[in-house]
Amino acid sequence: MPTRSAGFQINCSAFLDAVGKPIGDLPKFARNKDILVALYSAMVKTRTFDSKAIALQRTGQLGTYASSLGQEAIGVGVASAMTDDDVFVPSFREHGAQLWRGVSLEELFLYWGGDERGNDFAKSRQDFPVCIPVASQFPHAAGVALAKVQKGDPGAAVVVAGDGATSKGDFYEAMNVVGAWNLPVVFVINNNQWAISVPREGQTAAKTLAQKAIACGIPGEQVDGNDVIAVQAIISRALTRARAGKGGMLIECLSYRLGDHTTADDASRYREDAEVSAHWQLEPLIRLRNHLVATHGWTKEDEQLLLRTCKKEVEAATDTYLATAPEPARAMFDTLFAKAPADVAALFEEVGNG
Amino acid sequence: MAELTMIEAIRTALSRAMEEDPDVIIFGEDVGIDGGVFRATDGLFQHFGSSRVRDTPLSEALIAGMAVGAAAHGLRPVAEIQFSGFIYPTLDQLANHASRLRNRTRGRLTCPMVLRAPYGGGIKAPEHHSESIEAMLAHIPGLRVVIPSTPARAYGLLLAAIRDPDPVVFLEPKRLYRSTSEAVEDTGEALPLDKAFVLQEGTDLTIVAWGAMIKGATEATLQLAESGISVDLIDLATLKPIDRATIRASVEKTGRCVIVHEAPLTAGLGAEISADLAEHCLTSLLAPIKRVAGYDTVMPYLRLEAHYMPDTAHIIDAARNVMEFS
Repeated sequence: MPTRSAGFQINCSAFLDAVGKPIGDLPKFARNKDILVALYSAMVKTRTFDSKAIALQRTGQLGTYASSLGQEAIGVGVASAMTDDDVFVPSFREHGAQLWRGVSLEELFLYWGGDERGNDFAKSRQDFPVCIPVASQFPHAAGVALAKVQKGDPGAAVVVAGDGATSKGDFYEAMNVVGAWNLPVVFVINNNQWAISVPREGQTAAKTLAQKAIACGIPGEQVDGNDVIAVQAIISRALTRARAGKGGMLIECLSYRLGDHTTADDASRYREDAEVSAHWQLEPLIRLRNHLVATHGWTKEDEQLLLRTCKKEVEAATDTYLATAPEPARAMFDTLFAKAPADVAALFEEVGNG
Repeated sequence: MAELTMIEAIRTALSRAMEEDPDVIIFGEDVGIDGGVFRATDGLFQHFGSSRVRDTPLSEALIAGMAVGAAAHGLRPVAEIQFSGFIYPTLDQLANHASRLRNRTRGRLTCPMVLRAPYGGGIKAPEHHSESIEAMLAHIPGLRVVIPSTPARAYGLLLAAIRDPDPVVFLEPKRLYRSTSEAVEDTGEALPLDKAFVLQEGTDLTIVAWGAMIKGATEATLQLAESGISVDLIDLATLKPIDRATIRASVEKTGRCVIVHEAPLTAGLGAEISADLAEHCLTSLLAPIKRVAGYDTVMPYLRLEAHYMPDTAHIIDAARNVMEFS
């Protein structure tokens, strides 16, 4: 029987190899030392925050925390491609993106310390707070984009989730409507290879996660998620398309979860140390540092100064966080509704102001 | 003044809300050119255009989640779920996001959305089309749940729901969509949410009901009056938050209470109202509180449906039972 093939291919882009050597020509922004230093600094700051958050949790001073160790290039790469017109709809592992967007270290500590005031961002007030129920944030991004189209507002929605999230219906339902309605949404998958204890291969027989976009009629591409230059470049391209009314796109960022799923997890129960060690060779900070050293004269002193600066900032934020008193008990009702109905108002009395 | 059925009153309210606020948009399955399977949005697509009245893919979780995102960013979405039996995929979005967004951002992002769905039994619909699911929705903190019982209240309450700054689930008893009509003036005047309606004042017995049960309760009230029993009849209308003050005041006056709902008995809202009265009005009670409710069973398919639905006779039996106690 004569047949026709619908055929598709999934491209995977990268600019720096694992040791920081350029693979072909770098994009223009990546030839600018200041830009590269800013990206590198943001990744170092994210990692410094991450270690501190884990230390605080281990000493009973923070709640359960989801580390972004090894995936800093995704958050920083994504956020650095966005503008204030865009809206970020994050999962719970994109601290680097939130910091770049202007969420403060104090706010992140407050949130992970169990205080909702950490979600009342002073900057980037249009951004969503982290989403805990996996994949349920995808439809929000479609809604944000719908509001933008409807009101003629510029910008796009950028939604991030992990590889496990692509197994959920919400992911497909949201991507499907973005395709059908041509909405400005960039879907970003942080494929860190593990959904708690289930490896990427256990989630799907699909060869790539990016190809899931094909079913929804939007383009899907892979990128080396440990290469911040490549991540920024591809998200910029996706955002340019979206802002120009050309619709949504799915970007699968290939990375690896070097830490546990959260501080409540022990990854040694389900994966080999050798696998983790091998991935330490591919992590995102070393390669950009190598590149900065080789191409832009980044010195040991520069590095030391950066580490000291990040540590100082994180320590100062920690002090502020630890000195912040919890809200009074009635805060649990204060913003439940715009105006408290009678039965909620009665609860104010019950808990008092303590 | 126009005589409108409930479905016409709902359409009139939707149209009014869209006229007065360009941020109000409608989306759902078949709500566009088809006007919705019950015709609640009939003509709105033609009048307001395809960008404000949108047919979504067949995708209930998306419909609710997209409403959350759109509401947080300046729209006032009125999303339709085609039947309440298909509302379950939206529970994740309602419980985890719509009802919590204001609270978890301490007021930074809010969720002024309405999720409408035809609700309840009595029209010989297919399986999964006739369930009464208000109690599980009412159990979600931060959500309002509203069920109108007449065309005029459907009009006024839907306008209030759309204008409300917080999420509202608006359940429409489809048995009442076309069963009666009444004069409804399109004044744009909303009715209060969180407030029960006292439909008739009486002295001997309080009947609390909502939605399609108001019809049987009204009929029962008339018949009981003939045998000298004077009923305080309350249409709860907003099921969450419950207007406890109105119910308590009524029972303090009458000393007796019958609660009527179509939903199954166990863990239904009748239980909450009973408990509230037991806690706050014990010394006023002259007789046990009685619940008239659906059976604790799967909603029967159409041949047995009538056996399931609480009706006037059940309500009168319960009322007499309570009156005989003391």
